[in-house]
Amino acid sequence: MNTINRLLTSAAIGVAVGVSSFAAYAETPANMLVIANRIDDVTTLDPAESFEFAGSDISRNVYSRLVYLDPLDLAAGYKPGLAESWEVSEDGKTITFTMREGVTFHSGNPVRAEDAAFSLQRAVILNKTPAFILTQFGFTPENVAETIKADGNKLMITTDKQYATSFVLNCLTATIGAIVDKETVMANEVDGDMGNTWLKTNSAGSGPYTLGSWKPNESVTLEAFADYYGGAPAMERVIVRHVLESASQRLLLERGDIDIARNLNPEDIAGVMEAGGIKVEDELKGRLMYLSLNQKHPELSKPEVRQAFKYLIDYEGMKNSFLKGQYTIHQNFLPATYLGASEENPFSLNIEKAKELLAAAGVEGLEIETGVREAQERIEIAQSLQNTLAQAGITLNITVGTAKQILARYRARELDMYLGAWGPDYPDPQTNAGTFAYNPDNSDEAQATGLLAWRNSWDTGGLTEKVEAAVTEGDRDKRIQMYQDIQAEFREISPFAIMFQQIEQSALRENVMNWSTGQAVTSAAYWQVTK
Amino acid sequence: MAVSEDNHERRPPRAPLSATLWPVARTTLRTLGSIAVTLLGLLFVTFIIGRVMPIDPVLAIVGERASQSTYDAVYEQLGLDKPLIVQFFYYIWDVLHLDFGTSLLNARPVSEDIARVFPATLELATLGIIFGVVLGVPLGVLAAVRKGSWIDQVARVVALIGYSMPIFWLGLMGLLIFYGILGWVGGPGRVGIFYVDVVPSVTGLILVDSIIDGNWDVFRDAFSHIILPASLLGYYSLAYISRMTRSFMLEQLSAEYVTTARVKGMSEWDVIWKHAFKNIRVQLITVIALSYAGLLEGSVLTEIIFSWPGIGSYITTALLSADMNAVLGGTVVVGLIFILLNIFSDLLYKVFDPRAK
Repeated sequence: MNTINRLLTSAAIGVAVGVSSFAAYAETPANMLVIANRIDDVTTLDPAESFEFAGSDISRNVYSRLVYLDPLDLAAGYKPGLAESWEVSEDGKTITFTMREGVTFHSGNPVRAEDAAFSLQRAVILNKTPAFILTQFGFTPENVAETIKADGNKLMITTDKQYATSFVLNCLTATIGAIVDKETVMANEVDGDMGNTWLKTNSAGSGPYTLGSWKPNESVTLEAFADYYGGAPAMERVIVRHVLESASQRLLLERGDIDIARNLNPEDIAGVMEAGGIKVEDELKGRLMYLSLNQKHPELSKPEVRQAFKYLIDYEGMKNSFLKGQYTIHQNFLPATYLGASEENPFSLNIEKAKELLAAAGVEGLEIETGVREAQERIEIAQSLQNTLAQAGITLNITVGTAKQILARYRARELDMYLGAWGPDYPDPQTNAGTFAYNPDNSDEAQATGLLAWRNSWDTGGLTEKVEAAVTEGDRDKRIQMYQDIQAEFREISPFAIMFQQIEQSALRENVMNWSTGQAVTSAAYWQVTK
Repeated sequence: MAVSEDNHERRPPRAPLSATLWPVARTTLRTLGSIAVTLLGLLFVTFIIGRVMPIDPVLAIVGERASQSTYDAVYEQLGLDKPLIVQFFYYIWDVLHLDFGTSLLNARPVSEDIARVFPATLELATLGIIFGVVLGVPLGVLAAVRKGSWIDQVARVVALIGYSMPIFWLGLMGLLIFYGILGWVGGPGRVGIFYVDVVPSVTGLILVDSIIDGNWDVFRDAFSHIILPASLLGYYSLAYISRMTRSFMLEQLSAEYVTTARVKGMSEWDVIWKHAFKNIRVQLITVIALSYAGLLEGSVLTEIIFSWPGIGSYITTALLSADMNAVLGGTVVVGLIFILLNIFSDLLYKVFDPRAK
């Protein structure tokens, strides 16, 4: 549906709502939470494999972890979950967790250290897409029996070298850190798959909710787990309905048939704010919009040119027009709400300054190509850049394509400039530091396609070593300072111009309290919600 | 006796059984052959399009930040390293065993997915075509009989709106007025939240399942949810069917046999319904069958607006996600529908038109 049609629809709904009233709206039951969301990205429910937004929402509510993030106090960082305490060895390589007693899985089986060891070993052995979150600590299918092991009520994990404890524990709050019921999972093993096929569509957790049903592209139903160790949730049933269209979500919310609409477009957000009984809550998410310059290009690799590009972006203009309410200005690789995040945003549109920098670099009549995936907001950003770059004498040719076309060229280091988005993988600063500012081997042969610095042929100018140092720093405050220093340097010297951070706007019935989509660091939680 | 013998001799010799059965067998074989060739062609074209279009099924599975080794492993796992023709034959072999494979994106057998989404579309399309035929045919006949009158003008405007208004616009306006403001019908979805999974799924058609279960609350709720999208689809069918009916009827009403019937003093009712209408039935069957087949393909926009989990949005989502097993499975089903409706139309021709026998 194009923008004009969307605007027309929203306008028509707005007018109709204005001249009429929704006096006789329904209301969902007090013990039930009904959410409209796009859930067509759920591909698997196995926490060792799940790596999508809607899938992570389900996992967060169905599984417990050794440590978890409290949705009512995300700033506090990880808290004891299934592990009630932990100790770190003198060499800093082994963490010994003491398991909480008396916790049961949904099946009724007790949660043991053996289950925790099995869950983490299983994720490493299966080696699915998110496995790197664990394998970056040196765990391999061959060594997990030794490096992750249970002894009575204790779980010991031993990393290949010393890492910041906060780094390890932050990673264990991710979806892949979910603890599964070994007995149940292995009872459903087929051909040595460690229950992977079964867990794709079933669950074996100990979280606040049990999985009622998952109908792809239709709905997910969760039922409260009365024996949850943190106390039974107030919402006894949660139904997440797949509603693709923003206007449909708005109508459902205004009629009172749902409690929360998660995908309203800016026009519908503005519309529901006018309606009675509805509130809108903003949360910063982890997705960053950025542009990057290929350092193989003889002109783009000049420091002054890299700087100039950062002054040729109309941050305010875009934020206040087509990105209004959806993105905020953010010029650092760690999203706000992350450990070590920086609030410094020193760049603004300054054509004259950019011209001076280009002149100092001896650059004139530059013509470059940018690759953009066919998404409305990205294309609009590219068009804005085309306009502002032209004012400094730079011709920007925009190539729009599918993910396959554009990413293939980006990963092959072929594009002059890339305009895209990046979201963190786990709630630790290393997730972004380790891709934006880390590139130990910049050669073509390295084929480190997972690293953004490598994709842009940037050797990081010494930041790689600083990132390595930060990830092993045990002192939390020192670690925060290290990331802030890295980001300050990154802002000035890198070929990346981070531009915006995403805002998620949820529209809720007024009686819904304590709603959390997990900010940038985690996923949505339902157990703390009340009505 | 002699006469009897003479008669017996003059009677043509009875054809042997094999000669009687042969034409039937030949027709059946020809039909089956035609179905097989059509399906094979359909699969081949869809398969090739799926392989050459610029969507990467591997990226859809591993994500854009996976390492090259993970990418390569999945590439191989999906059999994409084999020549296209080999991949195609593997697929055909599986389909012959009624195995459409597993959806790359939700890890379920495609056949299970189709069994879940197709009844939703079937229910919606069937109700839609009933509306379209029940209202569209009489409207078209009336418009032809009263050519140029206000009825004809109304039918023209109704059809024009049906042809020209975008379906998502009408859908949203329908939702806004009948659900949002008046509250006469249920909102998006097949049933309200209180009735999800209340009746056991026997046919997958909620209206039918609720009748089987004797649960009239669910039936009422499901009906209040289906009535709006079905009316909307019915309206679009109505627009097409009424215009075609009018056109067919006008041709018949200007024929000499109609004038003769009128001259003979036959009542207008008999002239229209017993003579003229009788002669357009075969053409109408084609129009209705095509219209029904179109609805059974799934109306993607209607399904999106009404959050209706049907086959249209299933195939579209699969296509955009490079889930080719799901796309091919859905395509086979849609292809089969067209073929079966064609065969059904042919059978009806023979019932209504003796010349076709």
